Amino acid sequence: MSTQTHTQRRIRTQTRAKDSEFNLAFQLIAYSVIIILSLMCLLPFLLILSGSFSSNESIVRDGYHLFPTHFSLEGYKMVFKFPTQVLKAYGVTVFTTVVGTTLGLFFITMAGFVLQRKDFKYRNTFSFFIYFTTLFGGGLVPWYIMLANYFNLTDTYTVLIFPGLMTPFLIILMKNFIRSAVPDELIESAKIDGANDFRIYFSIVLKLAMPGIATVGLFLALGYWNDWFTSSLFINNPDMYQLQFYLYNTMNTITFIDQMAIGTGVTLSQDVPTESTKMAMAIIVTGPILFLYPFVQRYFVKGLTIGAVKG
Amino acid sequence: MLKELNKNKIMFLMLLPTLIFFLINSYFPMVGIYYAFTSYDFAGGLFGSPFVGLDNFKFLWQSGMLLKLTTNTVGYNLAFIILGNGLAIFCAIMLSEIRGKLFKKITQSVMFLPYFISFVLLSVIAYNMFNYESGFVNTVLKRFEAGPVDIYNTPWIWVFLIIIFYLWKNLGYSMVIYLAAITGISDEYYEAARIDGANIFQRIWYITVPMLKPTFVILLLFSLGSIMKGQFDLFYQLIGNNGVLYNATDIIDTYVYRSLKVTFDIGMATAAGLYQSLFGFILIMTVNYIIRKINEDYALF
Repeated sequence: MSTQTHTQRRIRTQTRAKDSEFNLAFQLIAYSVIIILSLMCLLPFLLILSGSFSSNESIVRDGYHLFPTHFSLEGYKMVFKFPTQVLKAYGVTVFTTVVGTTLGLFFITMAGFVLQRKDFKYRNTFSFFIYFTTLFGGGLVPWYIMLANYFNLTDTYTVLIFPGLMTPFLIILMKNFIRSAVPDELIESAKIDGANDFRIYFSIVLKLAMPGIATVGLFLALGYWNDWFTSSLFINNPDMYQLQFYLYNTMNTITFIDQMAIGTGVTLSQDVPTESTKMAMAIIVTGPILFLYPFVQRYFVKGLTIGAVKG
Repeated sequence: MLKELNKNKIMFLMLLPTLIFFLINSYFPMVGIYYAFTSYDFAGGLFGSPFVGLDNFKFLWQSGMLLKLTTNTVGYNLAFIILGNGLAIFCAIMLSEIRGKLFKKITQSVMFLPYFISFVLLSVIAYNMFNYESGFVNTVLKRFEAGPVDIYNTPWIWVFLIIIFYLWKNLGYSMVIYLAAITGISDEYYEAARIDGANIFQRIWYITVPMLKPTFVILLLFSLGSIMKGQFDLFYQLIGNNGVLYNATDIIDTYVYRSLKVTFDIGMATAAGLYQSLFGFILIMTVNYIIRKINEDYALF
């Protein structure tokens, strides 16, 4: 009897010892894999940052490095020598982001609230009306021609804001959020107290669904901030370029000038620090995102966790 | 129906902006599908352009364009789906087993960061790393006397680069979803397995991996449904108008965009877009139908 418990105990301690060995091995693998992948995620940012603080000459001579071989601020100086265009692009993007996100959130929250109401009879019909657009569409060209030629939206702020207002995915996300954050009984009792639907939405739903609203709002804002496509299609007036398209355009123009220089034998790169200017521009355009990222990313994580994988 | 709407007037009004949005942004353009059957000229407009029947489709098919674009679009998407989910699941499992809380938090944030940057910055990164004269990769290769390599003129490299950049940008996002699924697994399973003497590899293989199956299947089905839709931003910002690389990297979306903006081939571009939309629609309906037969819980709609 006692020998048996003794062997049992011994086996148990043995497996435990084995287990902790496996654990150690696993932790070692896990830490190394995650560290390597994290570094790979950071490396490109470091390259751009380093390029923006390098002297143009050192980039042309030695190429891009992880750390500046010759520190210089000439790229940033070049960008801020003629700041009007960058500032205008900033203005356009901030304006469209703020207006678009606010309007979009207003519409999406209302739609999400209505579509999850069980006493709204046609909610499934309308849900399908929205969902169907992800299954089938007219394609890029008819959409473009309609907005440009029939609605005459070329070079307007409307076209920069309108297409990004909502997506079926965000509406479904919001619907799930509101369903899980606002109990049906609460809406019922508010109705009995005589509140109309908009009032219920405005004073109850908006407050309870705040984390969801933050997530959807960040998705919208990110979409507007990173948009270059709308400018490339609809905007001809350089004063109305969105920030990302301005960066895209600058990159292409500088490359074009460089190629011209090679073709004609006239080098510009001695006078204009083209390489470091490109990188400095990229940093200036991405800066706000990198700066805000640590504060907002948890809303993304939280939102995706609740909304996207509903069991 | 009118009576019902009248009863819920306010709710209907609250939904109205959304309905109008999709009506204008998604349903109106469907009328323009007609361009696909015309030889579009700008003076004629929607119904003034000469009707050519299926000529646009015929040309796309006979030139071999349609086959090439379809192969590329579907091929890249398959690689994205398989490698993307595989890597995300692998990393999510690793990260979930790591004990250091702060380490976990920081690395997860770092890996999520690329998701937030614009595709234009992605093209700047590609330029910084791969351009011939001063790119980082060539700088390193030169040091080992193995380069420089003219990457922007070597199509096959871009097949890998596009996939790597896709993984780089999307890993954090899909990892968050899988991490959430892992967090949802009850601790009791692991406790029981530990008492039975299962080691950590066994616990992962026999508990975590099977428990991730529903999430994986849902994500898989969603992406299979949109396998005809290309990642336009990714391809266009990396390849742009670099014709040398088209054979290996042209997808339907980039072809349509170029036809619209560069060659002004409206009829052809609409035809390619319609083919994409229609083929995708049939595909998703078929996939959904089959899933309904097998397991209704997984059906998309």
